[in-house]
Amino acid sequence: MTTTPGQETITSTNGQAGTQDFKAGRVHARVWREDEKPEVGNWRVKGGLAQMLKGGVIMDVVTADQAKIAEDAGAVAVMALERVPADIRRDGGVARMSDPELIRGIIDAVTIPVMAKCRIGHIVEAQILEALGVDYADESEVLTPADLANHINKWDFAMPFVCGCRDLGEALRRIGEGSAMIRTKGEAGTGDVVQAVKHARTVLGQIRRLSTMDETELMAEAKKLGAPYELVTEVARTGKLPVVNFAAGGVATPADAALLMQIGVDGIFVGSGIFKSTEPSKRADAIVQATTHYQDPDVLANVSAGLGEPMSGIETSKLAEESRLETRGW
Amino acid sequence: MVASAAVSRSMSGLVSVQPKIGVLALQGDFREHSAMLAGMGIEAPEVRLPSHLEGLDGLIIPGGESTTITKLMDRWGFRDGLPRAAASGMAVWGTCAGMIVLAKHLVDPYPEPLGLLDVTVSRNWFGRQVDSFEADFAISGVEGGPFRAIFIRAPVIERTGPTVEVLASLPDGHPVAVRQGRILATAFHPELTEDDRVHRMFLGMSVEGPLQSEGRPAGASVGSVPDFHREIGASRS
Repeated sequence: MTTTPGQETITSTNGQAGTQDFKAGRVHARVWREDEKPEVGNWRVKGGLAQMLKGGVIMDVVTADQAKIAEDAGAVAVMALERVPADIRRDGGVARMSDPELIRGIIDAVTIPVMAKCRIGHIVEAQILEALGVDYADESEVLTPADLANHINKWDFAMPFVCGCRDLGEALRRIGEGSAMIRTKGEAGTGDVVQAVKHARTVLGQIRRLSTMDETELMAEAKKLGAPYELVTEVARTGKLPVVNFAAGGVATPADAALLMQIGVDGIFVGSGIFKSTEPSKRADAIVQATTHYQDPDVLANVSAGLGEPMSGIETSKLAEESRLETRGW
Repeated sequence: MVASAAVSRSMSGLVSVQPKIGVLALQGDFREHSAMLAGMGIEAPEVRLPSHLEGLDGLIIPGGESTTITKLMDRWGFRDGLPRAAASGMAVWGTCAGMIVLAKHLVDPYPEPLGLLDVTVSRNWFGRQVDSFEADFAISGVEGGPFRAIFIRAPVIERTGPTVEVLASLPDGHPVAVRQGRILATAFHPELTEDDRVHRMFLGMSVEGPLQSEGRPAGASVGSVPDFHREIGASRS
């Protein structure tokens, strides 16, 4: 019901007091008559949230306190995970979905969207994330894969998914499975931007190439890319991916973020780069500013100054093949 | 469709009444608004600094994250610049996050809105992303049948001031589209659809009264006003 004037101190009006009693559709059940129920979880609505995140920075967090720091710094969303990639790399072992209690704590701490990672192919982890009210699931190569052949059929969910890719074929396979947002894989937890650049350039270059091809050539190209033919023809026609495309994996500085934006991605994921630096809050803020003003060198010079030490990092080319996360995913 | 002829400059190059619309490009889906306007023959500059507001007849504040957008607005001086431009006649339209930014009050403790629109807004009102939806709405001032509106983690309006006109509401009475003078706010995202009728309504609003961009004197003959203005004007009366 509409409240009366003067009633402005209410803290929650929608009946969703917290995550403990979250239940999808609770408000809709109250608002709409049975015969006029709205359409939830469709392709436009799933992709729509990614549209709202564009030009923004999504930050990895492992605690509610970090989530609050990220929100205060201007993050458009936070990504909840058990350990940041740099620690997964250091500690080894099996990396899994976060404890639901931690995810609830993060959801309750911030008002921005909360994403969370599940393992590749782990349908049940994804179901749990959906039940918790997670806004976007990342079926992520950063966690240890649960299925060595198949990714999750993401069409089965009302919760949208983001997935990593290294090239256009991989991006279109994920979209074919229902992913409503794509990100480059980069090489997470290294602080080395080189693989993110490589993957962004590869995807965007392959899109440009597709859009110059003769229609007759598209089936052979679809076969070569290992991508669904219908999506290949769509990309050839429109000259862009049908979903939002962020960069991820190795972003450590405001300049890294601006570089990827200039290359042509829609926004930035920062993993270990923030909370493994000496001054997370300052660095987070600077990366947000750099992502907006990525074309303005004066602003970039200004926001890049005096941020303390970035994460120390690992040169990707020195990584052993079996330590590379980017090769996970099929 | 709004014909591009309606908004193109006259062959003689004399008087043009094409409104100059900017899109706030700090964060969010500003390109979708620009693309919608481009389809109507309007080239909309991206506004990243308050100096870019100069000479605009209208500004669209897009969807995005309201906490991020308000932070960036504060950082770059929009908290002074934008209300000043609005006070001197610039029309403003906020979609979703843009509605939150324009509000006088929020139910939530943050962010701090600009206070240009006399409403109280409640953020993320429908729940979480799995509750984002689309549905048909009748919008006052938009002719031609219901509008398919897309709501993404959307807000609703809890209270409206006396001079605020409600254009569309939920079945339970919560307003989701309102207008106050030259300020328009929608809780949903017309820019994510193929339907340009709300954009046309906003263009109509932005050419009411003197144009900032062209210095058109108030009361210029209706014959010099683009077709969309006549259409909108007619449909509203």
